Amino acid sequence: MLRARRPSEGENGLNTHYPKDETEVAGLVRDAAAAAKTIRILGGGTRSAIGHPVEADRVLSLGHLSGITLYEPAALTLVARAGTPLAEIEATLEGEGQMLPFEPADYRALLASSGEPTLGGMFAAGLSGPRRIQTGACRDAAIGVRFVDGSGEILKSGGRVMKNVTGYDLVKLQCGAWGTLGVVTEIAFKLLPKPETTTTLVLRGLDDVRAIEALSKALASPFGVSGAAHLPGDRTLVRVEGFVNSVAHRAESLRSELSAFGDAEALSDAADNKALWAGIANVEVLSGKPGSPGSGAVWRVSLKPSDGPKLVAELRRALDVEAVYDWGGGLVWLLVPQQGDAGASLIRKALSPLGGHATLIRAGGETRRTVPVFQPETPTIAAISAGLRQQFDPKGILNPGLMDQ
Amino acid sequence: MKTCLRLGVPVVPRGSGTSLSGGALPTADCVVVGVSRLNRILDVDFDNRFIRVQSGMTNLSVSDAVAEQQFFYAPDPSSQLACAIAGNVAMNSGGAHCLKYGVTTNNLMGVTLVLMNGEIVEIGGPHLDPAGLDLLGIVCGSEGQFGIVTEAVLRILRKPEGARPILMGFDSNEVAGACVADIIKSGVLPVAMEFMDRPAIIACENFAHAGYPTDVEALLIVEVEGSPAEIDEQLTKIREVASSHEPKVMRESSSAVQSDLIWKGRKAAFGAMGQIADYMCMDGTIPTSQLPHVLGRMREMSEEYGLKVANVFHAGDGNLHPLILFDANKPGDQEKCEAFGSDILKLCVEVGGCLTGEHGVGVEKRDLMVHQFTEADLEIQMRVKDVFDPAWLMNPAKVFPMAASRSRRERNAPRAAAE
Repeated sequence: MLRARRPSEGENGLNTHYPKDETEVAGLVRDAAAAAKTIRILGGGTRSAIGHPVEADRVLSLGHLSGITLYEPAALTLVARAGTPLAEIEATLEGEGQMLPFEPADYRALLASSGEPTLGGMFAAGLSGPRRIQTGACRDAAIGVRFVDGSGEILKSGGRVMKNVTGYDLVKLQCGAWGTLGVVTEIAFKLLPKPETTTTLVLRGLDDVRAIEALSKALASPFGVSGAAHLPGDRTLVRVEGFVNSVAHRAESLRSELSAFGDAEALSDAADNKALWAGIANVEVLSGKPGSPGSGAVWRVSLKPSDGPKLVAELRRALDVEAVYDWGGGLVWLLVPQQGDAGASLIRKALSPLGGHATLIRAGGETRRTVPVFQPETPTIAAISAGLRQQFDPKGILNPGLMDQ
Repeated sequence: MKTCLRLGVPVVPRGSGTSLSGGALPTADCVVVGVSRLNRILDVDFDNRFIRVQSGMTNLSVSDAVAEQQFFYAPDPSSQLACAIAGNVAMNSGGAHCLKYGVTTNNLMGVTLVLMNGEIVEIGGPHLDPAGLDLLGIVCGSEGQFGIVTEAVLRILRKPEGARPILMGFDSNEVAGACVADIIKSGVLPVAMEFMDRPAIIACENFAHAGYPTDVEALLIVEVEGSPAEIDEQLTKIREVASSHEPKVMRESSSAVQSDLIWKGRKAAFGAMGQIADYMCMDGTIPTSQLPHVLGRMREMSEEYGLKVANVFHAGDGNLHPLILFDANKPGDQEKCEAFGSDILKLCVEVGGCLTGEHGVGVEKRDLMVHQFTEADLEIQMRVKDVFDPAWLMNPAKVFPMAASRSRRERNAPRAAAE
């Protein structure tokens, strides 16, 4: 889709607003709606380079809408304002030996962005790290949300308790909506105790197909695998976490379960494990490539795990592809040349018989302006999505076009 | 569906009809569409850990279908023997083990949904996370108000190596509540943590002879999973934590027979109460820190109303199931019971919780929604329904207060009928 580039009041920083509370957010959105002005919603700005580039009249930064509003370790619950830096939240949770279950990633290196990742930005993107396969995604941990819709109305869904089926689950709808269905002001999450210890089993020398077989075997075992990744040409990784004796038992059981795939080395150093899995979450292998983000486009593909290697093999026939597998093969990160449509039509054509979806995560602004960043939808799904946007943002002023097909 | 839309006839979808909130209750002049004949397994894939089923299959039959390979489907509502996957998806059903495994929405990967206009929509599939907006996330728990779910892709998990419960009795609800909080803070994540108060303990013991101590005020059943060594490790930690709360009884199961017996009492709770009196089962959630306060208030209200209440609930996540006893043959008792129930749910909301943790709103709690949501909160939810079901013919008289949904129900139905 080609979109005309027009000058933007927001882009030069002249028209950036920093509301300090929800009421102020509502006022700003109401004003914008009345004046038919569009709004770009900004958290820490670390993920701003994902999606169709948003050209809006005004910028609404949630940087000043910050702080943890409730933290009850005994209830495994945290509520915080959208602009709260993720680092602040993680430090607070660390103090009680707890964590956000889904291992949020930091895409600053991948996207060559700066700034501080915020809770709101993370929620709006709805992306989860390696532990997603065991403990669920960002959308599963999110249990409550407050937001301002496109007409300036303050609304809420869910709450602060982890079992709640009262009314429709708009929390999930807002998670991963990239701010197009409302300005999220506050989010509640359920937490998990941080594991006491971690061991990663490392297999070497497996091709993609064998590697995913090994990961599937590990994930189909009763040994509670919390990470399953494959770095082609390098290592295949299986992680177990928990109490010391339990981890030792499960790592050993997995080692024998996986013996047909080689003699796995056990990596138990805490710092090494932390760095290793942060690297997987943050897709470090594909970060910092020469000239990035200009040189290579990065795609994020979600599909049936056993289809991962099929997709990559098919693409290798036509493209220069570098791949990283996470989620036991169900999440494939692809680095492809950015020429033309950055591989969009090839990737989606190869994916079509397999099922799943591909999102363009990294590419230059011009490419993102012309290539469908998000997976094209069937007409019925597209109509439902458009209908929902119309209800939540009747004038289409919030992050306009970001998720356009 | 197309015919009903053309004639302006409301459709009430029905799984097995086990809803405790009246989710599948037929309303005036509607057509009930049952899915019980949609009972086939379409695909089982152990490598990719999913099963695709038609939605009329019962919850337990899904687990049974993969049991031989040592897999299971995690959400386990008490009605799992009878309840259908269609209803589980509609109500976002939970169960005793959701502290560790989550509820339906956390184990659902895709659905086939038939809309009121007859269109068949595929949402999600055997891959993780939505491609665009999380439509699966709002369909799950929409109480059959968006369409009829005919197929579902469900995540299946490998069974743990083993499980073992420990039973603990305390002198007061407060102490038991504090013990629950400390167990969670200790970093152990039990797979289940069930709480029973004295009236429930006595009733269950008399009914099931589970060997529960009858001289305690509160009973906790905590279950952990893993290999025998892992179970020992977790139970040691739990014992340490519990000891500081001076339990009157602390008994670890030492055999499968004992484990079954411990669970038999808990699982028989509803039946046991039914032997004593008529009762209504409520379902609110509270922040776990409010447990002692809420149980105390409930006791006071019980005296005010002159109706007994027994509590059996999932303590780890604060999901309460107060059972209010009444006599259906005594004029006015049922109304009093309903009023008491409403007061309990309002209390749940007041302390930061919600009206329903796993049973759904249905007919039962639709008029209480105004206590948890503002008019605008309800309006945006109804606008979501407008998108999926513009004619408001799908299970229209549920979830929302009748007054709030009236204009939509009346605006659309007669017009459709007139065409």
